[in-house]
Amino acid sequence: MSFRIAIASGKGGTGKTTVSVNLYHFLAANDGLRISLLDCDVEEPNDAIFFPDASLVKEVEIFRDLPVIDTDKCTFCRRCVEYCEFNAIVVIPPANYAEVNASLCHSCGACIVACNESAITERKETIGKMTSFRPERNMNLIEGRLKIGSSMQTMVIKELKKSAPADDDITLFDAPPGTSCPVVETIHDADYVILVTEPTLFGLHDLKLMVELLEEMDKEFGVVINKAGLGDQSLYDYLQSNQLEVLGEIPFSQEYAGLYAKGDILNKIPQEIKNSYQSIVEAMELRRSKK
Amino acid sequence: MKEITILSGKGGTGKTSVTAALGSLAGNAVFCDNDVDAADLHLIFQPEINEAYTFSSGWNVTINTTKCTRCNSCLDYCRFDAIRTMSDGGFVIDPLKCEGCRLCERICPANAILAEENKNNHWFVSSSRFGPLVHAKMGIGSENSGKLVTRVRQKAKEIASGSDSRFIINDGPPGIGCSAIASLSGINTALIVIEPSKSGLHDAQRLIELIQSFKIEACAIINKYTINDAFTSQIEKYLEILSIPVLAKLPFDKEMVLAMTEGKTIIEYNPESEISQKITHVWEGLARKTG
Ligand code: SF4
Ligand code: SF4
Ligand code: SF4
Ligand code: SF4
Repeated sequence: MSFRIAIASGKGGTGKTTVSVNLYHFLAANDGLRISLLDCDVEEPNDAIFFPDASLVKEVEIFRDLPVIDTDKCTFCRRCVEYCEFNAIVVIPPANYAEVNASLCHSCGACIVACNESAITERKETIGKMTSFRPERNMNLIEGRLKIGSSMQTMVIKELKKSAPADDDITLFDAPPGTSCPVVETIHDADYVILVTEPTLFGLHDLKLMVELLEEMDKEFGVVINKAGLGDQSLYDYLQSNQLEVLGEIPFSQEYAGLYAKGDILNKIPQEIKNSYQSIVEAMELRRSKK
Repeated sequence: MKEITILSGKGGTGKTSVTAALGSLAGNAVFCDNDVDAADLHLIFQPEINEAYTFSSGWNVTINTTKCTRCNSCLDYCRFDAIRTMSDGGFVIDPLKCEGCRLCERICPANAILAEENKNNHWFVSSSRFGPLVHAKMGIGSENSGKLVTRVRQKAKEIASGSDSRFIINDGPPGIGCSAIASLSGINTALIVIEPSKSGLHDAQRLIELIQSFKIEACAIINKYTINDAFTSQIEKYLEILSIPVLAKLPFDKEMVLAMTEGKTIIEYNPESEISQKITHVWEGLARKTG
């Protein structure tokens, strides 16, 4: 069974992608290990950008079942409307109108159970796609990509996680930003969570929300401070007074930000940053061996 | 009255700092934090809460194990794999996987399943030094962020029409999922804050596609353009093809972070700075165009 590490941050833009991609790179440097990275930030997947030479393995579409109402069979009884907790069905009896609003529907199947006239069937609707890459022989990178206009991100993440190679030694999940349902879906079966934050007012505020979530979910976690040196002291005070484990600090460097911009952060890693990742890798290896 | 939503696709582009700076110039405006998942605008606005409300975020569904006859029905019907068997053979619902569709409650022959409303989302109407602010705090791991966005926007509109405000300024959520969709519907202008990086461009493209599918007028600010000149000009070209005007290019400046640390907008922190002057210019243009 693979050791699963989720990389998350309450706020976007703290460098979650940078940390995920680097960690993936450094873990895979031990070529006896098979590592996969799942890009679960399905609204804005970015990890693959950093592996321009990776070979494309396959691309599959992700579907969901969307109910359709046959108005010839429908008696406009509105039972399905009562069953639908997501207000996704509109039935107007005088107008002989019955329809499912795809953007509100969660594909729960309740309306089908509700209907006594067999007026509801389901059709497949595309909600996104999944692309697998192989950057190196011992590396799998699978990206989930939500179709624009769809709000089924949780389902895309679910499918993505199902497709992960179960026998890889370590699986990394790059989680979406925030603390809502897609994040929970990503991290709920992780063995360990790495929280990426930055020493700013926003960074601290959003980290606190994330810590609350992880404590509620009873997850083990540690914190990586990215862009260290950029903001102020309050993050450090918080970490210390709550005795949270700091896995590493990655110093802010405008030059490195420029490399990130080009999608070129894996080639010219400054020694200082390399050292930070090495120690995070060691900490993860230790946790894995204890599992 | 005109409604502007400021979005970024990717987090961390400086969207909230830009929103706050524009806000401090707007005068007669109502503000609304649409980033309900990781609300940050209040950290700068430091609002005084006048009204607080709760908002239902779906259902908390549980199985009464003494009533349950272990018939297996709910297990078959639940499409979200949220029901598990425990080691003693009883059934339990994983609240983090449950979507609250209530189908299991309806089909359970023993009436052993109970759904209770979850009321852990909160939203607030506040006053601040820049004007009224409607904001929210979403329950940890909650569903329904899109609905909560719709709710706070509705309230902002009521306040704006009751007070003859000229503008509603929404600080948008990251991503392109349900909350982004909810923050775009029916607005006049979408202002996109883009960071000049490969992933920034990639995210902006997906966001712009979403905005254009709503046929909403878009304009852009390129933030931290000094990080990568080559990408800045690539983004400018891309926007030009789509006829999306670039209202300003803001340099990378640590003062943005320092201002935030003090809970100030850049305009308050250093009105003479290049960024402040450019943002002032942006606001004048926006006010003229949309006002
Ligand atoms: S599948 Fe569920 S959410 Fe979709 S329309 Fe039917 S009852 Fe509503
Ligand atoms: S439950 Fe069936 S018959 Fe009744 S309104 Fe819905 S689709 Fe029509
Ligand atoms: S449907 Fe009801 S009785 Fe049957 S297993 Fe589920 S909870 Fe128990
Ligand atoms: S309410 Fe719906 S999602 Fe939750 S356990 Fe029941 S059937 Fe599954």
